[in-house]
Amino acid sequence: MDTQTLSLVADRDADRGARALAVEEHIVEIISDSGEGAQTAGQAFGTVSAKMGNGVWTVEIIPAEIEPPARSVEGASGNRIRLAASTVTNAGDAADLVVAFNEQVLIGRLAAGEFKPGAIILLESKWGSSPDQPIADAYAKVVGELREAGYRLIEVPLEEECRKLVENPQRGKNMFVLGMLCQVYSRDADLARESIELKFKRKGEKITRSNLDLFDAGYAWAAENLHFRFEIAAHPVTEAQVVMNGNTAAALGIVAAGMDVCAMYPITPATSASHYLSEIFDEVGGVLHQAEDEIAACAFAIGASYAGKCAVTITSGPGMALKTELMALSVMGEIPLVLLDVQRGGPSTGLPTKVEQGDLLAAIYGTPGDAPKIVMAPATIEDCFYSMITARKIAETFRTLVVVLSDANLATGQQAFKRPRFNEDWLAPPLDQSPIEGKRPPFDWDPVSGLSPRPIPGQPGGIYTLTGLAHTRQGGVAYAPEVNQEGCRHRSLKLAAFQKTLKPPVPFGDPEGDLLVVGWGSTRGAIEEAVTRARRDGLDVSSLHLKFLQPMASGIREILGRFQRVLTVEINYSDQLEDELIDEDNRRYASLAWLLRARYLVDVDCWSVVRGEPLKPGTIEAVIRERLEPK
Amino acid sequence: MFGLKIACVLNPDEEYHELEDYQGRVARWCPGCGDNGILAATQRLCRDEQLPPEKTVFVSGIGCAARFPHYMNTYGFHGLHGRALPTAQGIKIRRPDLNVFVNMGDGDCCSIGTAHWIHSLRMNMNMIAVLHDNNIYGLTKNQASPTTPSGVRTATTPYGAYLKALNPLTVTLGVTNASFVAQVVEWVPDLMYQVLREAFRHRGFSFIRILQRCPHFMPDFYTKLLSSPDNLLVLTSEGMELGEATARVYKNVQAHDVNDLNRARELAGMEDQVPVGILYRNPEIPCYEDLRKPRRMHQPEHTRAVLDRAFDRFGFEPVGGSGPSPTESRA
Repeated sequence: MDTQTLSLVADRDADRGARALAVEEHIVEIISDSGEGAQTAGQAFGTVSAKMGNGVWTVEIIPAEIEPPARSVEGASGNRIRLAASTVTNAGDAADLVVAFNEQVLIGRLAAGEFKPGAIILLESKWGSSPDQPIADAYAKVVGELREAGYRLIEVPLEEECRKLVENPQRGKNMFVLGMLCQVYSRDADLARESIELKFKRKGEKITRSNLDLFDAGYAWAAENLHFRFEIAAHPVTEAQVVMNGNTAAALGIVAAGMDVCAMYPITPATSASHYLSEIFDEVGGVLHQAEDEIAACAFAIGASYAGKCAVTITSGPGMALKTELMALSVMGEIPLVLLDVQRGGPSTGLPTKVEQGDLLAAIYGTPGDAPKIVMAPATIEDCFYSMITARKIAETFRTLVVVLSDANLATGQQAFKRPRFNEDWLAPPLDQSPIEGKRPPFDWDPVSGLSPRPIPGQPGGIYTLTGLAHTRQGGVAYAPEVNQEGCRHRSLKLAAFQKTLKPPVPFGDPEGDLLVVGWGSTRGAIEEAVTRARRDGLDVSSLHLKFLQPMASGIREILGRFQRVLTVEINYSDQLEDELIDEDNRRYASLAWLLRARYLVDVDCWSVVRGEPLKPGTIEAVIRERLEPK
Repeated sequence: MFGLKIACVLNPDEEYHELEDYQGRVARWCPGCGDNGILAATQRLCRDEQLPPEKTVFVSGIGCAARFPHYMNTYGFHGLHGRALPTAQGIKIRRPDLNVFVNMGDGDCCSIGTAHWIHSLRMNMNMIAVLHDNNIYGLTKNQASPTTPSGVRTATTPYGAYLKALNPLTVTLGVTNASFVAQVVEWVPDLMYQVLREAFRHRGFSFIRILQRCPHFMPDFYTKLLSSPDNLLVLTSEGMELGEATARVYKNVQAHDVNDLNRARELAGMEDQVPVGILYRNPEIPCYEDLRKPRRMHQPEHTRAVLDRAFDRFGFEPVGGSGPSPTESRA
């Protein structure tokens, strides 16, 4: 142990354990090579903290490859856990304390500004004495640089300590680290042990025992050797909670919605929703079908829905592109369908594991011809659950396609939310096989709402042939000029009918002021935190978050009009006016800004980036300050 | 048997379906188009098997053949080019009570939808897939299809098609889990009907390639085959009996063991003769919809139980207060 380093730690106290530094919040990162278990440790730490009553947001740090080279910058894999005395809605700005299994995985995170100046870094020390000289040199170099830069570096003999208990310390180090963190943050060790037991239950008693021992060893080692403690006040948990990521929440939402069929094709970062669903779906009569391709998955879902079964397809941007033709068929044939798009970085295959909100315009306008559909975006992990229930209902009621735009940030972030109480109304009504009386046509469009009841195969009297070609109310193919006009009109009217059911969104902050920040999807937490911070300093800023992007609720025009300036904050590409060739005549705006400008004729500005990272509240706060405090 | 319909005997109140009950809109294929005969044979099958029209679904893609569902008075799904098969699978997966037929052209099945064709064979869902193979793109006006023989001049191959034609039978018989593979020509209605009937009775994915005349774009293509009936190798097998008229014209008949996959592949690859009849049948291969049968039916109480279990797994009850104080926990 490097005593010189230890002396740098602010809260050093010879009488260890006597005093903990009270903090409002802390951001912890555990980073390792892929497959070393940092994510398991991070998730357990987050769960224990949530159980103790802290606000928690956990997010995965994921490399694109399954097994990137060991000790590589791009191989950094792990978890960021943000703990706070109050509710946490995003991953926050920079880390206060970092645990790293080797020095290389720190480099990329450091360069990206993910660590606070002076942050505590607990680093596996074994590399320093590596017989492989280049490794020892690389270690020494990074250690030197970290010290130089003022980080509070503590070298920890992780493997050495673990070897006292297990033969292969590489597996199990993570539990030692969990023990250390539980000591430093004064976590309830029994809660942590419970979660370890739960995690390893399936692997047998021996493995569970060994992981518990490693946890205890880490806990004891930190008590002996780490002379700093942090305390984050917890708010009492008064209601039952659940902790999960957005993909799991969406999968449970699919179950809760009473879906029968989920058809998918593997694609990052959407697939984990299907993993979980595949474990439980057939217990509720559902079927998860992995199709031969994205197109087949969508066609399968549409077929199931045509036959009266509630269907969903899960994908990400490149997959949605392949489904485009079938999305239009769902609209044209008025077959209810829910499409969950867990967005990743684009265009093309882009950034598979990274966050972006780049699919908004593709979702709304991506289909050739006029294909009006409903597009909505969950803003929180809890929302991922309820959105699936809402989306199924809308799809069935309005006989249309509903696209739900989640993203990699929600997919992998974990947050505690109130345990949902199952309500039978969430489920779809049973399959209707009653005879249809009186020659009712399959597209018996209501002249005002465009709505029509849907015949289901098996229903006598409802026989029709669904077609993607222009068709009459009777479902017959017809190319007469008025037929297509009428079909398009009625399908469009359904959107208006749905729009009339939407409540206007409510601004966060004040109903009027200098600046309104408008966002959608997963950025809500970060935007509102930034707005809160700026308002604390007296800035006249509020924000508005849109759940329904197509159609948009009434009342938005009035809200925009009550602010001097409107700015969207998004994670998709927009041109910068600073670029020499960019001017108001050719500037390409961020997606939501385009939509707002087109609909409301308001001079909406935008700030957007495509760095593949969740937006940090600090970044947004700086943007707000820049807009409101011109130099 | 004896002109008695079993359905009538067992359930005299139940409606008996006449041929007309299966006839939908008036077919608008060209005069002489082979699709007309396929339609007539299919309607006859529906009548003979007394399929309830509301429990029967015809699924198609895009092309001349894909108009098929409109001409049936059953439920129909005239979807996207190449995507009839996965759509039909979706229909069938949770509705085993529906009789599902798929009608595809050679473009649909062997070109744009090839992946689905392969995987449908492997999934072996209980449905009948008919490949209406006229060796040409008709609806888009005379382009070469994968089954257009080399040398044939089309709008996209004015100097003759460059590649040798794809053989759909050898492809089909090469795929894992293929369970019923047959070929017929639409101008021998007796055989076509019997094969359709056997396909319907087979539990699994029944694939039938029907060689079909396109008098508009390929007027002389089958003239030679039509005028030399001996070039058709008629395969007879259990359950099939050639009608008197058929037997009189088609004398090149061979008894075939439909369980013999190697022989089926041999027959499928023949270049000098056209095998017609059932090439292969294996009733033992499981159907995907059976493999994926839900462990229990959709009931609110099951959903509640599964969700409760999930919420228990991911959840926690209120533990109250601000948790143990740091000093206590270290004591």
